[in-house]
Amino acid sequence: MRGHERPLSPHLQIYRPQITSVLSILHRLTGVALAFGALVLVYWLAAAASGPAAFESAQWLIGSFIGRLFLFGWTFALFYHFCNGIRHLAWDAGWGFELEQARRTGLLVVAASAVLTLAVWIAGYWAMGGR
Amino acid sequence: MSMRSALGRVRGLGSAKSGTGHWWSQRLSAIALVPLTLWFIGSVVVLAGASHAEIAAWISSPFVASLLLLLVATTFYHSYLGLQVVIEDYVHGEAIKVATLIVVQGASIFLALAGMVSVLMLLFGN
Repeated sequence: MRGHERPLSPHLQIYRPQITSVLSILHRLTGVALAFGALVLVYWLAAAASGPAAFESAQWLIGSFIGRLFLFGWTFALFYHFCNGIRHLAWDAGWGFELEQARRTGLLVVAASAVLTLAVWIAGYWAMGGR
Repeated sequence: MSMRSALGRVRGLGSAKSGTGHWWSQRLSAIALVPLTLWFIGSVVVLAGASHAEIAAWISSPFVASLLLLLVATTFYHSYLGLQVVIEDYVHGEAIKVATLIVVQGASIFLALAGMVSVLMLLFGN
């Protein structure tokens, strides 16, 4: 069999991005980002276990401008991975494979992630104001 | 007629020799993380800006501590299963792939343990 007649898998540089492929790689990227975000959860718990002074400096670091920036990114990554994960579970159950459905649920996932991220941050600042 | 041997059919492991175990564990941990994550996000929002005393009082409940232990364990289990697939897909040298998998698995186990020990310290420190 001559090699050059075989079909090639899509090459990333010349393959036009589609919502399905972009959201698919975004699921991986947010997953890897969240694995690093889990480090902060452990840091925060360990600081709390170490006592008030360590907890104070952890709260300061996480609450700093850079800390909040990362936290905001992780919030979006978490909601995206969460919503798109449910989309994946629906696919696993055999639902939503039509192209038009896949496109619409993809847009829904992005919109829901953005709305949930903003809602959680507004609620968080509102809760902080009450303290 | 199937070309598969009777033993192969009973084992059901397929050509990758590991069956559906990894896939199934990834889905089950994902399903478990749905309520756990929602609960944790809600708690963090309510606790935004809380003092050490308020956090310690919150974790001193056996239900909160149990949910946190489940959250930490399931998060690192699910994230390791995901990172494993990413490494297997993108790291091509056999030696460097196995070394990366071992390091990431070790780090995941250590971090999960550190998080869980912290929760237990806060629970029993009160």
